[in-house]
Amino acid sequence: MLSRRDFLQVSLAAGAIYGAGAPWGRLAAQQKLSQADLLAFEPLGNVTLLHITDIHAQLVPLYFREPSINIGVGEASGLPPHITGAAFLRKFGIAAGSASAYALTNQDFSALAGAYGRVGGVDRIATLLKSVRAARPDNTLFLDGGDTWQGSYTSYRSQGADMVQVMNALGTDAMTAHWEFTYGTDRVQELIEQIKFPFLAQNVRDTEWEEPVFDGTAFFERSGVKIAVVGQAFPYTPVANPRYKIPTWSFGIREEAVQAQVDDARAKGAELIVLLSHNGFDVDRKLAGRVTGIDVILTGHTHDALPEAVKVGKTLLIASGSHGKFLSRLDLDVRNGEVKGYRYKLIPVLSDVITPDPEIAALVKEVRAPHQEELKRVLGTTGSLLYRRGNFNGTLDDLICQALLEQRDAQIALSPGFRWGASLLPGQDITVEDIHNATSITYPAAYRNEMTGEFLKTVLEDVADNLFNPDPYYQQGGDMVRVGGLGYTIDPSKTIGKRISNMTSLPDGKPIEPGKTYTVAGWASVNEATEGPAIWDVVQSHVTRHKTVNVAPNNAVKVVGI
Amino acid sequence: MKEITRRDAILLAVGLTAAATLPLPALAAESAMDELKKFTGGADARESGRITLDMPEIAENGNTVPLTVSVDSPMTSEDYVKRVMIVASGNPRPGVATFHFSPRSGVAEAATRMRLAKTQDVIAVAEMSDGSFHMAKAAVKVTIGGCGG
Repeated sequence: MLSRRDFLQVSLAAGAIYGAGAPWGRLAAQQKLSQADLLAFEPLGNVTLLHITDIHAQLVPLYFREPSINIGVGEASGLPPHITGAAFLRKFGIAAGSASAYALTNQDFSALAGAYGRVGGVDRIATLLKSVRAARPDNTLFLDGGDTWQGSYTSYRSQGADMVQVMNALGTDAMTAHWEFTYGTDRVQELIEQIKFPFLAQNVRDTEWEEPVFDGTAFFERSGVKIAVVGQAFPYTPVANPRYKIPTWSFGIREEAVQAQVDDARAKGAELIVLLSHNGFDVDRKLAGRVTGIDVILTGHTHDALPEAVKVGKTLLIASGSHGKFLSRLDLDVRNGEVKGYRYKLIPVLSDVITPDPEIAALVKEVRAPHQEELKRVLGTTGSLLYRRGNFNGTLDDLICQALLEQRDAQIALSPGFRWGASLLPGQDITVEDIHNATSITYPAAYRNEMTGEFLKTVLEDVADNLFNPDPYYQQGGDMVRVGGLGYTIDPSKTIGKRISNMTSLPDGKPIEPGKTYTVAGWASVNEATEGPAIWDVVQSHVTRHKTVNVAPNNAVKVVGI
Repeated sequence: MKEITRRDAILLAVGLTAAATLPLPALAAESAMDELKKFTGGADARESGRITLDMPEIAENGNTVPLTVSVDSPMTSEDYVKRVMIVASGNPRPGVATFHFSPRSGVAEAATRMRLAKTQDVIAVAEMSDGSFHMAKAAVKVTIGGCGG
């Protein structure tokens, strides 16, 4: 239900035209912003970079709530993207209740989602792409930052083939990768054969000889400017995801190798160097200060959406969000091998006001057609907002943890801190597609194990350090592991081993004892031969059984020290 | 002491003339500091920037972590690197390997793979022909994994 405050916010947004009680949804969004407004851009210079990243195989419009908590540590403390909610609005001068506030923050999310509608959809993105290309036919480069082939029912069923078709049709110029690798060595190679553009990953080596597996750099020419695009895959793929899927490939940040690629590209006459990166924002911010000669880093992985470029020395960092919610446009004036000026716009893909491109809409329909019935099968309804993104438990994860506890008869549930997963509004049906949007991985077995209290603490400390290590090069870019049946206190400012305290079992509130054994259910184990039903089956059973789910905000995780 | 197997110590160095695992079994109680003191004879080793120790920030597999060490040196008969020792400060047996060089090595560079029991600093110390010692450190994290993305 809308609270009175939510209602007022929407009234502020839409009421100027309609007054309170006017129809919301599509109409309100259309009155507020038009496709022309979204595309409005005074062209600058001779090169236009278009960037999309982490769309997680989302072909059709959805809801995606930005985080309310996204803590920065060390030098990143208090800097974008580690600003959320009202502070974010203040920092960037965005009016509460506006389309930008809806797109960029969690503020009044359910109410504004009602007003502005769904975001993303590759047919809408295609319309934006085609419009920019029509105006800038000789200047435009469209780059995909990866996490493109995974995250939906259809991508799982087609093992990434649907996304390859779509990205080919969109006229992608180059990509890099992360979750793509979870299809395994053979399938990745097969799909690379099918893409009509370079797959760039300078930081992947074969484990035997340390030789490059993929091309690192691709060269393009746009209106006489020679452009080098260097691809950087997610450095910790074999750590964060199952190494057994890609046993012969080794990753890593490989900072010296990035520098070598940049120097080599300059030597070959490149006037503009772009790092198409899946490092994560804080890693790229550090890298930008240590590697010289990169003009632009198109960041990815950490799903941050920033309405302005961040400048480190001479390097511009762009953060284009996730799930197809944004398309970035960066115009550059490149002369004598130097960027003389730039103009940037993070375009929110507000699906209700963008006319779908007919060609891509038809393609999406075609790839979804065989699965349509299953995709739309309704399992139940949610009474509350379901979302994942944020450093700690989101309501969607709480639902998954509840499903694990009940369906797998466990005392404690663990659910991975993935940053992908669409949001569902209060009152929305929960379909098979929705559950896959939150769980679709190639290692879905929901395990049931026994763990000691001591080991549980080790797990929490380990994941916390991957998130809150003050040196970004030691961060993996996932959020904190989600927990069910367990409460804890965390101090992100401490060091590994000292961040987690007050672990209690729920609902009884008894302290977790180091020596005691607990039954733990979880999913997304990176260990080979993990056994159990697929996580989406566990969640589907749970929703089917309860019909209407209501998830209260999680108060079991307490954050201190910041 | 567990001997470094051939698989663990594939040496890729150009012109590397000799490589040896530690000749003596280390005692369990020996710490990394003891190893280093034995190597330097108690002399100071400076973090001078002359040694590059290239290791992953986070190990993909703690059982076989790649390492490349190189020392900035002209490698002439007047000025060359004599030995480089690798110490894993958090391993039960901290001594990993000592690489021996001569002017005829051409360059002072070596690569190997090592096992790391847990998150720790790996230390490389080089002995130069003038008797000075230089040092470099790399922090390598060994993690349970999962949850990324």
